[in-house]
Amino acid sequence: MEIPYTVSNRPDTGLWNAKIGIWLFLASEVMLFGGLFSAYIFLRIDAPPGMWPHGLLNVPVGTMNTAILIMSSVTVVLAWASLKMRRYRAYWWYMLATITCGVIFLTVKLAYEWPQKFDHFGAYIKTEALGKYEQYLGNEYAAEKGLPPRLEITGHLHNRAAQKDPNIKEYEVALDPLNADPTNPAMDRPHFWPRPATEKIATIEKEDVQYATMFLPRHSAYFASYFTITGLHGLHVLGGVLVFIYMWLPVSKRLYQQNPEHLANRVEVGGLFWHFVDLVWIFVFPLFYLL
Amino acid sequence: MVGAILLAFTGITVALSYVHFGTQKANIAVAMLVATLKAGLVAAIFMHLAAEKRLIYRILIFTGFFVLGLFWLTFLAWYDYPIFHR
Repeated sequence: MEIPYTVSNRPDTGLWNAKIGIWLFLASEVMLFGGLFSAYIFLRIDAPPGMWPHGLLNVPVGTMNTAILIMSSVTVVLAWASLKMRRYRAYWWYMLATITCGVIFLTVKLAYEWPQKFDHFGAYIKTEALGKYEQYLGNEYAAEKGLPPRLEITGHLHNRAAQKDPNIKEYEVALDPLNADPTNPAMDRPHFWPRPATEKIATIEKEDVQYATMFLPRHSAYFASYFTITGLHGLHVLGGVLVFIYMWLPVSKRLYQQNPEHLANRVEVGGLFWHFVDLVWIFVFPLFYLL
Repeated sequence: MVGAILLAFTGITVALSYVHFGTQKANIAVAMLVATLKAGLVAAIFMHLAAEKRLIYRILIFTGFFVLGLFWLTFLAWYDYPIFHR
């Protein structure tokens, strides 16, 4: 049976069916991400002073990924416009560019950004032991300048076995710049260019530690919401890429030869989804990377 | 063209986040304002909502209503937390 109204408009709605379909789907997507964003707001407002980390993500890489997504939104519009002008060759190249952008975005996220976090260590110090580690935390200095309290020492964990082995009584951490030099005014606010962990090693006794973990979802409400929202967003990017690959493969050229307008409409619908994914990222980027 | 504007706005968002507007709240407000502007551009131009059939606007108004309801619930839930009464 022929699928009805793929190209022509349905008389009662005035639209071809897929167009309404995608908008209804996007409406449900708005609610899905809306729920997660309201959870983010709630967790963030509820976070006690010093418990919402700042400047832990790589801003230049995030900016680059934002630019890549925006460019892919441009190329998908160009791909659709090429089909409307019946220039399949141009369409094919613009689609390839879109797919490449999507793949680069995912690769950066999964092969670079996330693993770097999994490799980073943080230890929240018990309230009564904060004074003992004042040389790494600089809380007196922070209080003087009106900065939030510093409860966590972060860096690169040297003795990884310490995480599991109860016989090892302390963590050896190559400190992040803030903990290596906590009273340096240059460390008051996050930097654009991320700075690697220093050579300076601190020994943190386990009994002084409230809670220590790598930067995994369980690290904090911040990382839990970061991984949930960017993970779901990444799945959307993956879905978009798969759909675009299908529209780019020779199967779709056959459809183009039979009914070019139908393929153009498919690309339009896929593009609408892609722009929505871009739109979500426009909010994710400042909320997690910058603020 | 719109793409260039969006890229420029991304640069602006990043730059502004390193400018201190007095309070963290002010910084969040500015960044969200820019993000909303960008989202509006994407929706209006890329998703060609600037000129779309009425039925689609109706779907969106319907959605907008429920999203506002959702965030309103978040707002209401604050009252369960004594720290917000300070």
